[in-house]
Amino acid sequence: MTIQLLASDIFRNAMIAGTIAAAVASLVGYFVVLRAQAFAAESLLDVSFAGATGAALFGVAPVLGAAILGLGAAFGIGAMGERARERDVEIGMVVSFALGLGIFFLSLYARGSALHATAGMSILFGSLLSVQPQDILRLSLLSAVVLAGLAGVFRPLLFSTTDPEAARARGVPVRLLSTLFLLILALAAAAGALAVGILLAAALLIAPAATAVRLTRRPSATLVLSLCLGVGIIWGGILISFLWPGRHPPVGFSVSTLAAAVYFIGVAASRRAYARREKTIIIGDSAETAQWTSRKESTKRLRSSVKEKPGPGVPSHRT
Amino acid sequence: MTDVIALLRYPFIVNALVTGSAVAVAAAASGYFMVCRRATFAGHALPNIGFAGAAGAVLMGIEPVLGLFAITILAAIAMGVLARDLRDRDVTVGVIMTFALGLGFLFLALYSGYAQRVYGILFGSILGISVQASRLTVAAAAASLAGLALLYRPLLFSTFDPELAVARGVPVSLLSVLFLVILAVIASLAVQVMGALLLFTLLVGPAATATRIVKSPPAAIALATGLGLLYVWLGTMAAAANGTIPVSFCIASISFLVYLPVRLFVRPAARHREAPRHQRRTA
Repeated sequence: MTIQLLASDIFRNAMIAGTIAAAVASLVGYFVVLRAQAFAAESLLDVSFAGATGAALFGVAPVLGAAILGLGAAFGIGAMGERARERDVEIGMVVSFALGLGIFFLSLYARGSALHATAGMSILFGSLLSVQPQDILRLSLLSAVVLAGLAGVFRPLLFSTTDPEAARARGVPVRLLSTLFLLILALAAAAGALAVGILLAAALLIAPAATAVRLTRRPSATLVLSLCLGVGIIWGGILISFLWPGRHPPVGFSVSTLAAAVYFIGVAASRRAYARREKTIIIGDSAETAQWTSRKESTKRLRSSVKEKPGPGVPSHRT
Repeated sequence: MTDVIALLRYPFIVNALVTGSAVAVAAAASGYFMVCRRATFAGHALPNIGFAGAAGAVLMGIEPVLGLFAITILAAIAMGVLARDLRDRDVTVGVIMTFALGLGFLFLALYSGYAQRVYGILFGSILGISVQASRLTVAAAAASLAGLALLYRPLLFSTFDPELAVARGVPVSLLSVLFLVILAVIASLAVQVMGALLLFTLLVGPAATATRIVKSPPAAIALATGLGLLYVWLGTMAAAANGTIPVSFCIASISFLVYLPVRLFVRPAARHREAPRHQRRTA
């Protein structure tokens, strides 16, 4: 019975779509986390919801509606919010309007019937188990565009993310990059929301990258770890849902729970490691002073130990 | 015009207006602090988190309000305690929200009854409020306003100058947890009568517009309250007169359409322009 389930097309399609969505989300998520744009990511996902329902109403492909509305919103957020504080409010306004629009389209699309609730739910929570081959094709195309875009701006984007002032001084177009990244994020959100649902896309955009940023320091290591965690979370979630004895929990639940668990374990581990490192440095120092090692030697050691000490809470991400 | 006056004869419209006004006042006042403290994401997440509590309560056969209260207050405390700096806060709120939504989804799948009821929690309808729910909501709005009034001075201080507040011995982190709890109380009661979306609109819309126009906090709160009431009245009336457009869409559109010209043509009032000192670097 279980083996049959694992051999089915449903399982295979869910795994393929989930893997692609998770890979893209965890790579884009790296910048989302570094730039503290989780709210922007969430809002662009909500905008895709509005776009998809609107497209369904007008008989266009949902992914087209989601992408167009998402790109428009990303452009608006990028053009309006200059500072993080302002952006917070702009994003809030965009979310509120987008969700209102989504509800409006939904109410026109399926007026008063039970379909109304079901259609809304399936877009919000996604339906990884009903992924069709053509969905996978669309998802891969959009993902390729997203990854190409990200690769194209990778170096300057990283620079302007970790040190915006220095980047601006060197002539890197920080503002333009910020808008470009939001556009990339909007495409990733549209692809993710339609393939795996808003809930899963949000979990995959935030949790793997946030965990990786806490545990590693070099950008390349963080990206690889984020990718592994993202793919691992979705595989684990799908497997749990399929193999659970008795009534299968929905994939949305197992993936988001797994993501939250991974993140909080990561937080605990990074705090523990930080505390331990602090302790050894202090012990090492006192041992040094006790032994009266040569001054040159001790400063050298002190320097290297200071170099190893990360900043409070979050490790620094400098290239 | 006569149509609109005729509408006031229906008890459900009056009910909706009374409840909507109470929530609008409470939401505008706490929304002011939410906008100034840059806690908009938390304000967006808490009503959504409430959905999980309500779905769980429906599944276990207890009052949805209890589930809403339990989970939103728990989440508010978790957000306040776990999130220390800006980047942390952003991510923590996101992770907690997706986890709660996943949980709600599980409850919904286990319940297998009509999704309509839980769906109503997400998108809600202000026109379907019972008299009892309306009274409860008004009481909760009054309670949270009282809470805000009690915390008003220290909260304002810790919002605009957290460093100085810490130096003066104001319990800044406790205040931020308490503020989130107040937000959670408003979310719990308002969500089930008007839905997560409408509540969020009333939190962010009036306050975002008001902080751009006026300078002093009391004036901004007063203006936000006025705008919130206006949005609710206009939106409810327009939706009821039309009959097919959802109320939440009407209110969200009005709020957005008022905000847009203000955002484009009004220079922000000086008091609210600068981010709090310790957060300025990340901007």
